[in-house]
Amino acid sequence: MKLNSLTLKATIDKLKAKEISHADLYKDVHDAIAEKNGLLNIYLSLDPTAVTKAEALLDTPLAGAPIAVKDNFLTVGLETTASANVLKGFKPPAESHVTTKLKAAGGVIVGKTNMDAWAHGSSTETSDFGPTKNPRNPEYLPGGSSGGSAAAIAADLAVGALGTETAGSIRQPASWCGVVGLKPTYGRVSRSGVIAMASSTDSPGPIGKTVEDCAILLTHIAGKDPYDATTLPKPVPDYTAHMRDGVKGMRIGICYMDHPQLKGTDVDRAVTKAGKVFEALGATVEVVPLSKTLEKGKILTPDYAIGVYTVVQRSEVSSNLARFDGIRYGNDRSFFAHEALNRIMLGTFTLSKGYADKYYVRAQQVRTLYRQNFAELFGTYDILLASPSPGYALAAGASSGDPLFGELQDMLVEPSSLVGNTGISVPCFTDPKTNLPLGLNIMGDQWQEEKILKAAYAFEQATDWNPWAK
Amino acid sequence: MKGIAFSSSDVQKIAKLANIPVTDTLADDLAAGFTKTMAVVDELTKVNVEGVEATNQVTGLENVLREDEIDTQRIFTQEQALANAKRTHNGYFVVDQILED
Repeated sequence: MKLNSLTLKATIDKLKAKEISHADLYKDVHDAIAEKNGLLNIYLSLDPTAVTKAEALLDTPLAGAPIAVKDNFLTVGLETTASANVLKGFKPPAESHVTTKLKAAGGVIVGKTNMDAWAHGSSTETSDFGPTKNPRNPEYLPGGSSGGSAAAIAADLAVGALGTETAGSIRQPASWCGVVGLKPTYGRVSRSGVIAMASSTDSPGPIGKTVEDCAILLTHIAGKDPYDATTLPKPVPDYTAHMRDGVKGMRIGICYMDHPQLKGTDVDRAVTKAGKVFEALGATVEVVPLSKTLEKGKILTPDYAIGVYTVVQRSEVSSNLARFDGIRYGNDRSFFAHEALNRIMLGTFTLSKGYADKYYVRAQQVRTLYRQNFAELFGTYDILLASPSPGYALAAGASSGDPLFGELQDMLVEPSSLVGNTGISVPCFTDPKTNLPLGLNIMGDQWQEEKILKAAYAFEQATDWNPWAK
Repeated sequence: MKGIAFSSSDVQKIAKLANIPVTDTLADDLAAGFTKTMAVVDELTKVNVEGVEATNQVTGLENVLREDEIDTQRIFTQEQALANAKRTHNGYFVVDQILED
């Protein structure tokens, strides 16, 4: 057995028990990278000293395990570009809070992973350094924007990974690549040292082979950071502690499957079947009907979230990317590629005088309706089930020429992302013809990471869709 | 299609505000994309938001303050600050002239 195919949990256990050595582990990881990275284009940069760093970390919680990190986390000593030519050659003078915590816990960064440039997209095709391919079937997209990190896990090129999500950027690539991805509550994991995209929703989080691996990583990266005022001083539990408690008595609602775009699809069938799995495990499962207006007991259609997200995200992008002027670092603004131009300029428009009330304020008002809707539903249900994506991974090339590609792919996660809720995607089906998986999106209220992990773990154990979980 | 129809010159006006050079061919292409995108955003006019407050922050935090003290932990040395700059002069950043004589 190649050691790169181990889960994070097994890697830590075997290293600590001295059943395997760091040298053998990193050799297998680097051999796999040498074999597959040419085709899949997952890593943008690698740390050749990773194994030496790892050997000194045996007595830490993560024991020197090899972790893939999305290229929008600032890392001292490793070039950080957010897959954008504007930042080509940028060597950060400071480390992101999350990677600082990861390293302190004994995680070692193997390399930086490809992404949609500036995290603008859901395909990893908008990277200025070429698209990443889906390890499950290289004719298809890995999803995005954390497509490189999800693909690194799917191809066993690391044992754990970090991504970031604004709306779907962890869960959608996890779903398309057949791995597990957790989007934490907004403010649970610090954004400091992460190249900003949409500051009011950006949430760094783990991507792993199993639910337990995500729980382990989250435990080590979450918490208050004095350099990110939106993080909260809530205590960080050991997220694996209650993971095995089961779902008996849990109240579960199924959402969005009666949407005209989903009814009768494989996604509808897989999510409905997942509901039956939870029922058999002792939970109460109901369908939450879709509604075009805010109504008690119903879920507000995700259709409006596309508009809200588009305005909020473009507006925040135009503000955040104003700093890239080529003076302190990077290249000048003529280096922005098409997708970034598109977003910066549309956001400049929606925030401009005379239009800000019409678009930005209205979008933030509709955002309030989604908050009220979820607050009411989480009074009734412990968790909500849906899919992170309306379907399977799309074929390579699918994102080109559509200015709303990402928004349409992510519409099922946009409502919950806009309100700051947590969610986790776990594999729930594989199409035998294409080998492409589907993910189940288990959504919780803010700060309910332990609840969604409990449900995700129970589902993973009760089904055969995740090969690493056995 | 509802919403706003963007022209190439609308795009050039926004490009100036965003401080990004845009060729005429690119401006035509972006104009078509903006028109398409804003038609989708226009769907929001169908939602009744009368009396609904705007959401700017989702976790309920207000006025997060800290002491106004210099934090030496996060100060770059002059070398670090200049390390990634393409143009420097005698330990300073070089910037383009913005004022005319």
